[in-house]
Parts: sequence; structure tokens; C-alpha cells
Amino acid sequence: MKLQRVRDANRPGIALTLDGAEIAAQQGDTLLTALLAGGAGSLRRSEFGDGDRAGFCLMGACQDCWVSVAGVGRVRACATQASQGMKVTRG
Amino acid sequence: MRIAVIGAGPAGVRAVETLVAAGHRPVWIDEAREGGGRIYQRPPQSLRRDARMLYGFEARKAEGVHATFERLAPVVDWRPETLVWHIRPQARRLSTQHQGRTQATVDYDAAILCTGAMDRVVPVPGWTLPGVTTMGAAQIALKTQGCSIGARVAFVGTGPLLYLVAYQYAKAGVTVAAVVDTTPFATKFAAAPGLLRGGATFVKGIYYIGWLRAHGVRVVEGATPVAINGTTDVQGLRWRGSDGREDLVACDAVGMGWGLKPEAQLADLAGVPFRFEPLQHSWIPECDTSGRTPVEGHYLAGDGAAIGGADVAELAGARAALALLQDAGQSVDAVRVAALDRALAGQQRFRIALERAFPYPAALAASVADETLLCRCEGLTAGELRAAAREDHDVGPAPEMNRAKAFTRVGMGRCQGRVCGPAAAEVLAASLGRDVASIGRLRGQSPVKPMPMLVPEATP
Amino acid sequence: MSETCDALVLGGGGAGCSAALHLAKRGLRVILLERGLVGGQASGVNYGGVRQQGRHAAELPIARRSREMWGRMREIAGTDAEFTVTTHLKLARNAEEEAELVAYLDIARDYGLSLRMVGSNSIHLEYPWLSNSVVAGSLSPEDGSANPRLLAPALAHAARAAGAVICEGTRIVELSYAGGMFLLRAEDGREFQAPLLLNVAGFWGGAVAEAFGEKAPVAPMSPNMMVTEPLPYFITPNIGVVGGNVYLRQIPRGNVIIGGGHGESDPSKPWSRALPEVSLQTQAHAVALVPELAGAHVIRSWSGIDGVTPDHLPVIGPSRTTPGLFHAFGFSGAGFQLGPAIGAIMTELMVDHATDVPLDAFRIDRFQTAAGDTP
Ligand SMILES: Cc1cc2nc3c(=O)[nH]c(=O)nc-3n(C[C@H](O)[C@H](O)[C@H](O)COP(=O)(O)OP(=O)(O)OC[C@H]3O[C@@H](n4cnc5c(N)ncnc54)[C@H](O)[C@@H]3O)c2cc1C
Ligand SMILES: Cc1cc2nc3c(=O)[nH]c(=O)nc-3n(C[C@H](O)[C@H](O)[C@H](O)COP(=O)(O)OP(=O)(O)OC[C@H]3O[C@@H](n4cnc5c(N)ncnc54)[C@H](O)[C@@H]3O)c2cc1C
Repeated sequence: MKLQRVRDANRPGIALTLDGAEIAAQQGDTLLTALLAGGAGSLRRSEFGDGDRAGFCLMGACQDCWVSVAGVGRVRACATQASQGMKVTRG
Repeated sequence: MRIAVIGAGPAGVRAVETLVAAGHRPVWIDEAREGGGRIYQRPPQSLRRDARMLYGFEARKAEGVHATFERLAPVVDWRPETLVWHIRPQARRLSTQHQGRTQATVDYDAAILCTGAMDRVVPVPGWTLPGVTTMGAAQIALKTQGCSIGARVAFVGTGPLLYLVAYQYAKAGVTVAAVVDTTPFATKFAAAPGLLRGGATFVKGIYYIGWLRAHGVRVVEGATPVAINGTTDVQGLRWRGSDGREDLVACDAVGMGWGLKPEAQLADLAGVPFRFEPLQHSWIPECDTSGRTPVEGHYLAGDGAAIGGADVAELAGARAALALLQDAGQSVDAVRVAALDRALAGQQRFRIALERAFPYPAALAASVADETLLCRCEGLTAGELRAAAREDHDVGPAPEMNRAKAFTRVGMGRCQGRVCGPAAAEVLAASLGRDVASIGRLRGQSPVKPMPMLVPEATP
Repeated sequence: MSETCDALVLGGGGAGCSAALHLAKRGLRVILLERGLVGGQASGVNYGGVRQQGRHAAELPIARRSREMWGRMREIAGTDAEFTVTTHLKLARNAEEEAELVAYLDIARDYGLSLRMVGSNSIHLEYPWLSNSVVAGSLSPEDGSANPRLLAPALAHAARAAGAVICEGTRIVELSYAGGMFLLRAEDGREFQAPLLLNVAGFWGGAVAEAFGEKAPVAPMSPNMMVTEPLPYFITPNIGVVGGNVYLRQIPRGNVIIGGGHGESDPSKPWSRALPEVSLQTQAHAVALVPELAGAHVIRSWSGIDGVTPDHLPVIGPSRTTPGLFHAFGFSGAGFQLGPAIGAIMTELMVDHATDVPLDAFRIDRFQTAAGDTP
């Protein structure tokens, strides 16, 4: 899934990593936006072998966008602000 | 008197406003960082833009709710980023967790639950692919993040949000590949007289559809979604037209939604009985028109009580607060109560027409193909649920929803059936040859959302 | 209109459904009466521990017999109800607790249950995910766990196939005995008659006994339960601790089921629920035992209602007041494992008037004082 920045797309940049790979994002992004606009494609993998997931409801209800942030723990990507230097792992 | 208000959407804002005006200082809790709720959800500070841009026709109302929120938050016990994960109606105690870490309990004498709603969906093959979101998600991405869910987006579902979100996307310059409405034109046309009661809301709806057509967006009515194509991401949306012919558009994202359903887990835990509301085709918590539930001291308002939209939520929030004050023996302005009741009754007639215009496609949900994933948390297919309803099921057939959950794990995952619940009920009811209202519903359980186990405090 | 049969089974938990199956297999016309759905109460919502280790010596003969049946569950009930021999590992967190584990080895051995002590060195080699708070463990290789949601329905399904009538949605509100026949009336007016009645009504068994002039002090007991999201599978044994403040097991799908402490309940509804403070306390105990669980998400909590007696042993055996009446209730939080055998044993008592399993410790009149009254 590739989120497209269609408005206000020139905010100051921030950098984070997903599973070690660099992700370029912008201030004001949620973690979900940062990752999916930054080319991550997906956020987690279903435990039961039916593929990758990238969130679904964006309002904290579907529970399908959990990721891990170093030093913070597991968070819903849709409801967490991205910040400079965050180290994120899928799932 | 200790009053707790849960939710800071339009309903919660107007409830708290009314309580504060009557001299109270409630505890006010929301998972979000700020007030606004869903429709008036705000972008983060660094991304603030013109309200007109964000909320279109509703800009004035949005600004009103936000301004009221900002005025109230400092004068009440406002607790942002705090999840209410359990409620004990006898002990009148809430369990809360702040930022996924700090636990706190809140004791109350009366509570108003303004917990809002989420999208109602019908599983379609491919619906768990990255790139498929709810209609609400598509709107939130645009509204609060300035993002579209893809470069070429198709929308499928029914209801006012379908056309609104498509319109908002097209206005933002996103290519809208198609708007595929499962409701035939004739159904909407038949409801038109009632819809006229909606006044401006109805006119706006007509405007969005007209605008989309005028701008060359493909709008299909009376269609049946067949599949979302793709293996690792979305490639296209396939549907069958009312003439039976299959059609396909290429797209890289799909927004789907068939109206909304109440986020009523806390009402459930509070012991509020539920009833099946045939028009909304949904289980809703019982309350009277002023928000009183049969559980003393507990009130409901807004979409968390029954889907009514933002205007109703504002009215209902104020009305529930007045009911609470009345029950507490405080005198309230009878003229205001009567005005609110009148306004709510008027809105109710419009909602009835709206539900008739955009019915939940129960037959479509009931016929989800066996191989299609139904419960995305537990990785369960529609066929597995159907098997549990059959006489030859190895532990006997499941005669109702919670037994089906017990046997198959449908709705047993992280989301507690919020997403799959409505469709799963249709699948089970159809398999049993029974009415969906007769097979029960998945119950909310504590914690209402997943909660991390914390490292115990180091013992000295 | 009343329905007449050879034996009425009152209660559709694991014990009742197994009894219906065994009675039907012996050729009796059986009607099982259940207020809700079979397995809707304790038998369907418990932790799922199929454990012999740690039981009171008096229970071990029943537990041994039940364990043998669990191993044949597919043959008995058409499904194994996800019964898995995971082993049961009971942990000591100090020397005193370790001594308790050692003392139990002899009791177990007397009943043919072989346990193995795992000392402080090997326990952390064999189970590297246990915290340092653990000093030793006692391993029961034959024990395991099963899916409680499946057992009673499966047994009832098999009982139906064997000819038993399973009446769900049938709440019995009046019980009487006259002329060698029991007469039970349901809330909706239906009546059921038979010369034999088996009281397997769980917590509510106390009230049933009382209807026939027999007092047995049973109180409601509601273990507090919760479950995590699916995690990579690493906790293979079913884990308990001396003192029992926490117990946990992981299923191969990944979810970890955690119990400890007690929730709240109202048996008159019936209604039960986990208590938030207890859940948080138990989470802390669980993380203290298995540190890797820190941060894992709890996705659901619940409780149930079992009947607990003053000595934590069930009531099992014939009535002392009414011929043809038999009791098996008040399993005090440990009757899931026993359920299958209870059905077999009660059938022997009711049909053959004898069973090999010693039941003296479970007599219903054991609670009576010299004055003839329950304390
Ligand atoms: C994604 C989405 C988009 C929508 N867009 C539109 C639109 O464009 N136009 C329109 O007319 N209607 C829209 N709606 C309908 C909308 O729900 C209502 O119009 C309106 O927002 C309802 O107001 P409310 O106060 O009842 O609930 P909401 O606005 O949903 O507010 C509920 C609040 O309660 C909080 N909450 C819920 N549970 C808990 C808990 N356990 N602990 C703590 N906090 C909790 C939530 O975080 C939320 O802030 C949309 C709905 C959704 C879900
Ligand atoms: C949360 C929890 C965790 C537990 N964990 C374990 C464990 O890990 N291992 C273990 O071995 N044990 C465990 N137990 C204990 C075990 O579940 C019970 O001891 C066992 O299930 C009792 O079975 P039963 O058939 O006696 O009772 P129940 O399952 O309670 O069945 C009795 C039935 O009788 C019905 N009934 C009662 N009155 C009437 C009436 N008047 N008319 C009609 N029907 C009536 C009830 O509806 C009920 O379904 C646990 C119990 C609980 C609650």
C-alpha cells in the first residue's frame, strides 16, 4: 500500500527506520502515514498465513496496524505520531 | 457529584458543555489527543489547515465543536490519550490506561458514554490486502494527514459516506477509478421523499453525486462486488453490474464501507441491554430518546447509541447531559429540553429515510464465498463458519453467534469482532436458515481494546 | 404433559454430558436438562487445564481414570477437543515451595502418577524463558490441556447419537420425588419424570440437593481468566505454581491463556466477569514468571462460576435422603479434567450400584456436624 501525499506535502522532514531500512517522513505524520507513504508497503503479517496487512480502519478499532517501536513497545501505527529517529519493526 | 464523560466527539463536547454550564466539573476521557471525534478529527498541530479545506460544508460546525472543546478542556478533568478499557456499572468504576502505560481507575456517580462508531464492512475476496481500507479510513487519511490511500482509488459500498469521500478525494486531485454503490438507484429514489426532510444534508448528498458524474467519475449503482484483484497489493476492483455483466477497473487502493455501526463495547460492559434495530440492521444498546439507559446512572449519546450522524450527536450529547441533570434533581431549562427533543425527532425521520435509501446488503454479506477470509484477526474463512452451523459439525451445530465464536474463534481476535461481526452474523444466520436478529450477537469483553502486559514494579 | 424416561440428568456441563453419553450407551432412556446451552457455564469457559498433578489424593483415582479417557476422546466423543499432552510443570519460587513439590511426589506415586523433579540447574536449561524467580519444578509428563469450548458440546453430540435427549434452554424450577419417581418442572411448564435423577448442576447443585432435604455448603467460585494475542509459540508446558496465584499455558496458535485470582459473579443471573484489578495483578505475576510476556497484549478477559465446598472437594455419590438421586457437583475449580470420568463413574453407580473408584471422601453428609446440621 502506497499512501500518496496530496496536500501539505512539503513539511519539514524526519527520518526513521523500519526493520533497519531508512524511511523518509514528514513532521505531523502518524507512524502509519510515515511508513506507508515512505514505501513500507505493509505494517504487519497475519499470524495465520494469509498475508501482509497495512491497517484498515485508521481509527484504532480494527487492530490491524500494530508495529513495535524501540523503547516504547507495541503501538497502533494509525494512532501514534512519528518522530525523528524512531526505530520501528513490523508486527 | 462525580460525572464521567467518555468520548470527545460532537456528542461528548456538547454533553460536557451542558454539564459545565450547570456547574459540574466532569472527568472527560478520550483515546485521542484532542477533541473532535471522527467527523471533526483534527490533524496534528504541525499540519493544521483551513477548516474549510478540511471539513468542507461542515467547516462552521467543526470550528464550533473545536472551539467549545478548547474552552472546556481546561475547566474539566480532561484526560486525553486515555483508553477506558473496562467499566463496572455496580461499582461505578472505570479502568483506564494512559498512553498504553499508566493505569488509573475513575469512580463516578453517573456516566455518559459517547463512544462513536466505526465503518461496517462486507468481506470481499482480497479485502485484507494492503491498500484496502474502510471508507472512514480513506477520509481520515485525507483529512488528518493530507494523504490519499492510493494514486488511483476505487470506492465500494453504500451510504452517504461513499459519495462524500469519493467527492473529497476527487476534489483533492486523486484519481477516483470508480464509485461502486451496492444500492440500486430505484431504492434511493423510493426513499427520496423522506430524504427531503434532511434539507441541507440531502441537498449536499445530491450535490456530491452530481459533481462526481459531472467530473467524469464512473458511478455504478446496484452493483455486486466480486473481488479486489491482487496478490500482495491492490491491482483492481471487480464487480457485477445490475445487468449481470462483470466489470473491472484498475486501481491501487480500495475504500469500502456500508454505513456505520456503534462502538458499543463499553455500553455492553455497563450492562445496557441491546436490541436488534431492523432499519439500521444492527444491534444497538437500549436507551430512550434522551439517552437514558435501563442501567441507572448510565447514559448514551451520539453514534455510540445509534447511528445518527454529527448533527444528531451534538443534539443527543446535550440532551443526555440534561437527562442526567434532571435525574440528579437539578432543574433544567424545559424550553431547551423541548427544543432538543423536537430537533431530535425531526432528525430521526430523516435517518429512517436514509437507512431505507442505503440499506445494509445483508444478502451480499450472507453469500460471502466459502474461501473468503471473514475474520481477519483469526484468519477464519466464511466456509469455516458455515461448517460450524451444519448438522454434521463434529461437535454439533452452533445455534447462535457466541456458540459459533466458541467453536470457530470467529470474532475472538484482537478486534473482538468489531470488523467481522455484522457479516459473520449474516453468514451464520443464512446457514442456519434463521433470521439474523434471532442468532444473538458477539459481546464486548474487557479490555475493550488490546492492552499490553506491563513489567511489574521492581520489588525493593 | 410430562415426558418420562429412565434417568434424568440435571445439568449440561462436562460431567452431565459425559453421564448422558454413558447412561445412553448402557441402554437407558436419558433426558439431559440444561438451562442454557450445554457447556455454557464452568465447563465451557474454564482454563482448559487437563491436570492431575497437585490434586488432593482422594481425587487422583478419578483424575487417573479421566486422563485415560482424555487420551481416547476422539473415539469417545468424535473429537479430541484439542486435548494435547503438553506436560504440566508446577513451579517453586523458594525452598519451602520446593519442599512442597517434593512431598507431593510420594502421594502421586501411590496413585501411579509419575512426576519428575526438575532442579534449579536443569529447569533454566530446559525452560530458558522462565525467570530467575523459579528455583525448581515438578513435571507431570502425562498432563496437558484441551479446549473447554468443545468438550461438553462434543460429549452431548455423542450422547445424542447414542440416543440421549439433550434439552437445552430448559431451566428446571421445581423438583419433587413421590412414588419412586422424580418430577422436574421447567420454567416453561414442561415436566420430566424418571426413577433416577443425577444432579450435575455445578454450583447450582447445592440448591438441587437442598430441594431433597440435603444440605451441602457450596459457594460460587469465579477464577479470573484472560488471554493474549497470538505470540510465537514457546511456552510448551501447562504452567502452574505452588500457591496457585498464576497459571498459564500457550496454544500452538500462539495465544497465552492466563489465570489467577478471582473475578466477580452473580449465579442467580448467571453472570460472571473478570475483575480489572485482579487481571492487572495476575499479569504482573505472569510477567514475573515468564519475562518475555512483558508487552504482550491481553485481548480478552472472562470468568465463570463453579461451586466450591469448604474442603475444596466435590460432592460425589448417592443421596442420603432420596433413593435414585445421585450427586456430582461442587468441583471447586478443578472439575474440567474430571468431567469425562464422572460421567462413567456415575453411570456405574446408577446402573450397577457400584464402582471401583473410592468415593468416601466425597459423601454429601460429610459436612454435617454431630448435631446433624451443616455448620
Ligand atoms: C471514520 C469516520 C468518518 C466519518 N465521517 C463523517 C462525515 O464526513 N460526515 C458525517 O456526517 N459523518 C461522518 N461520520 C459519522 C460520525 O461518526 C458522526 O458524524 C459523529 O462523529 C459522531 O459523533 P460522536 O460524538 O457520536 O462520536 P465520535 O465522533 O466517533 O467520537 C467518539 C469518541 O469517543 C472516543 N472513544 C470511544 N471509545 C473510547 C474508549 N473506550 N476510551 C476512550 N475514548 C473512547 C473516540 O476516541 C472518539 O474520539 C464519520 C464516522 C467515522 C467513523
Ligand atoms: C474460570 C474457570 C477456570 C477453571 N479452570 C479449570 C481447569 O483448568 N481445570 C479443571 O479441571 N477445572 C477447571 N475449572 C473447574 C471446572 O470448569 C468445573 O469444575 C467443571 O467444569 C464443573 O463441571 P460441571 O459439569 O459440574 O458444572 P457446569 O459446567 O457448571 O455445568 C452445570 C450445568 O448445570 C446447569 N444448571 C444448573 N442449574 C440448572 C437448572 N435448575 N436447570 C437446568 N440446568 C441447570 C448450568 O446451566 C450448567 O450448564 C475452572 C472453572 C472456572 C469457572
